[in-house]
Amino acid sequence: MPPHDDSSLRPPPANLTSQVSNSQPAAYDSKIEGNVIFTRVDAAMNWMRKNSLWPMPMGLACCAIELMATAASRFDIARFGSEVMRFSPRQCDVMIVAGTVTYKMALAVKRIWEQMPEPKWCIAMGACASSGGMYRSYAVLQGIDQLLPVDVYVSGCPPRPEALLEGLMRLQRKIDGEQSFAAQNPALTREMNKALA
Amino acid sequence: MSEAVLAGSIGSPLGARILSQTEFRGETTVIIAPENLREAATLCRDQLGFDYLLDISSVDNFGDDPRFEIVYELYSMGNGRHLRLKLAVTEEAGAVDSVFDLWPTANWHEREIFDMMGLRFHNHPDLRRILMWDGYPFFPLRKDFPLEGKPSALPDVAFTQAAPMEGGPFVTLPSTATTKDREPRARRPDL
Repeated sequence: MPPHDDSSLRPPPANLTSQVSNSQPAAYDSKIEGNVIFTRVDAAMNWMRKNSLWPMPMGLACCAIELMATAASRFDIARFGSEVMRFSPRQCDVMIVAGTVTYKMALAVKRIWEQMPEPKWCIAMGACASSGGMYRSYAVLQGIDQLLPVDVYVSGCPPRPEALLEGLMRLQRKIDGEQSFAAQNPALTREMNKALA
Repeated sequence: MSEAVLAGSIGSPLGARILSQTEFRGETTVIIAPENLREAATLCRDQLGFDYLLDISSVDNFGDDPRFEIVYELYSMGNGRHLRLKLAVTEEAGAVDSVFDLWPTANWHEREIFDMMGLRFHNHPDLRRILMWDGYPFFPLRKDFPLEGKPSALPDVAFTQAAPMEGGPFVTLPSTATTKDREPRARRPDL
């Protein structure tokens, strides 16, 4: 984003001005010009969040094989910042439920989901995680959305790696539109809005 | 060992314990009484050389009496022969002797039958459910158990709900026509 040509810009802090020439406004100094961008807090937060979505690989069935293929070099989920598969829910941002969720496993999936810190998202990968799939059965949960909120459903049985990547990109677009700052600091946002009103 | 030799040779050790014996496409099936199971199994293992228990399965002939069957698939490593032992279990009895001490693999096979069909095994060392969780109240492989399941709840362990069948079960049709004709659709078996 190019710097605004705006006379209302505040001067840079003293420790910056001491390093640059005093003869011209610091924001236009060639030494720092390329290192400063102006943006909204929401846009900056969303940009950082969506490009480092660390997955919780909840591989439960054959979809997990495609999930592994997505992570491997041919499809390379690292292109989207999601290569860091974390097996500790405390370090994860997005749970990829890849496979058939049996009732025996269902509450364990929910517990792991609840151990993930906010903000968190969920991708239901494949027919089984989305709806129970072909398992209209006594033993299979009919869609993980019965237990936790799902952001993106990926169809397929199992989906191709491209489909999962498309789902990840859709999740990135969804994150891009979130009101991150307001969600993070509701009290501060209320105060600021009051002060601005 | 040919089929005829096998069929003749199992007759002598098992003797009167055989209620009936059938041959079908090279497979020998021997039906025995449940109270003779351990004797017959021991003879099969020690005298006939069936040292390997491939599988134990159970059948629910719902509406018949006796209702259940248990099927033991034996294999002889030395002779390369199969033998199938079958016995009938009434609903009132609901139990047979365990053979885990003859073939250790029977331990988990018998647990699976207990889990899915609700039949019990006398003297089994560890008769717990193996697939479903302890406390699940039903036996899902019985014919009177609905395909879609039944609701149940065990707090902090697991719950189940009946699956929406949407006119199912979904079954394929054997056909050489297009995929559209063959693919799984809701076809009620009684229609």
